[in-house]
Amino acid sequence: MNVIIDNADLFWAGMKTTLTLTAASAALALVLGVLLAACRVSPVPSLRIPAAGFVNLMQNLPLTVLFFLIVFGAPKVDIRGTSYWTRAVLALGLYTAAFVCEVVRSGINTVPAGQAEAARAIGLGFTQNLRLVILPQALRSVVGPMASTLIALTKNTSVAVGFSVLELTSVVSRLNEGGKAVPALFGVALCYLVLILAMSWAFELLERRVAFAR
Amino acid sequence: MSSVLFDEPGPAAKRRNAVLTVLGAVLVLFIAFVAVSRLHASGQFEGRRWEWIEYEGIQRNLLRGLITTLKAFAIAAFLSIVLGLGLAVGRLSTRAWVRWPSTAVVTVFRALPVVVLMYFPYLGAKPLLDTSIPLLWCVVFGLTVYNGSVLAEIFRAGVVAVPKGQQEAASAIGLTRAQTLRIVLFPQAVRAMLPTIISQLVVVLKDTALGFVIGFQELLFEGQGITDESRFGRPIIPVAIVVGAVYVVLCSLLSLLATRIERRSGSAVRRRPGGFANGIPDADAAPLPSA
Repeated sequence: MNVIIDNADLFWAGMKTTLTLTAASAALALVLGVLLAACRVSPVPSLRIPAAGFVNLMQNLPLTVLFFLIVFGAPKVDIRGTSYWTRAVLALGLYTAAFVCEVVRSGINTVPAGQAEAARAIGLGFTQNLRLVILPQALRSVVGPMASTLIALTKNTSVAVGFSVLELTSVVSRLNEGGKAVPALFGVALCYLVLILAMSWAFELLERRVAFAR
Repeated sequence: MSSVLFDEPGPAAKRRNAVLTVLGAVLVLFIAFVAVSRLHASGQFEGRRWEWIEYEGIQRNLLRGLITTLKAFAIAAFLSIVLGLGLAVGRLSTRAWVRWPSTAVVTVFRALPVVVLMYFPYLGAKPLLDTSIPLLWCVVFGLTVYNGSVLAEIFRAGVVAVPKGQQEAASAIGLTRAQTLRIVLFPQAVRAMLPTIISQLVVVLKDTALGFVIGFQELLFEGQGITDESRFGRPIIPVAIVVGAVYVVLCSLLSLLATRIERRSGSAVRRRPGGFANGIPDADAAPLPSA
């Protein structure tokens, strides 16, 4: 316990990095994921097929390999001036975007076909249909699965420990050098536990708030 | 569903779609062109950066890495299923002193990153047990406790989704709770959840690569060994592409199996209207996002 209190600033610095990693890559993943989902349901094959391909690729590629490619590979193609943090955000964002896309798409599929048909019957086009009728309903039913995706993202930020980002998990290896691995392990686990359970509690609250009877 | 979103295109819409298709194609090709020209300009396609593929020693190392990956996957997959079944039985138990600890274990392990779970035996064994645990078992431990907990929830969801009449009928003919679970509920639950279970096994396979973070000598680790050699021009991107392709092929094969089974059991439902499969939750319980 003393180890945790003595190194509170270390834990807090790690926690902050984990939180900023999560927030930045979540923003990237949400924007990109919704765009991908729109591509995947669009009548334009030249957008639908690449989007589907990208999603499949990300779902079958280990996050560690993507990290390896982006974090170590970026300097090789003369992309300089980006920090490890930025590249980690890019890897996490691209990876999670595919899962966000699938969540949004399955949300679109839960909206009864009659809704889309009625929208078309009153003369709405594809984008109006999606924007005014389908997405407002789809996004609500998507809160639960989206929450698990974002929680998975939060846990996934720990992969960055292997790629020179000093986030929460890295506290363990830094304290390990001083022979304090065990309290550090439990401290880090406790931090994640509090963070993740708080997140899932908050999302549950949100889910209940936006719930609607159909 | 997507076809419900838009009308059968008329002449104007067809023209617009054609224009959008061309624009989309141009956009996608442009992105691909920028990426490829970037790779080309920085010499990623130079022969010396790909030469390593022909070296027998390197092929042998990569093969060894692949076998290590598959070994970790096989052990972790087996143990996760065993642990998952155990925890699911625990969570479904009628005894509170069994149910509560199982629930706590599932909640805690699902809330922790797999990397942290791998760190416990990796860094904790030395001070706690005064021995070090082989990396394979650190990886297997992390994968097993996490995926076992997730699988427990999948099994439980499957059991809960079996129509109530099944359990009532089982009690009516005098089966005990354990017999009911073993003979009546679990076979149906596992069958219904098989696609989801296999999707979770894809996660196990993908997550073996997390062992890279603790220096486990799996496929990506062996690949990284090649990138240290300056005679190949430190081929990080070629290695990432090759290693990534191997993972994508392996995971796709496993995913394909899941969709096959899903489609097969789907048609079985149609052939047997009103059968047991009615109570099965549909697939929007979705492949759980990986860790």
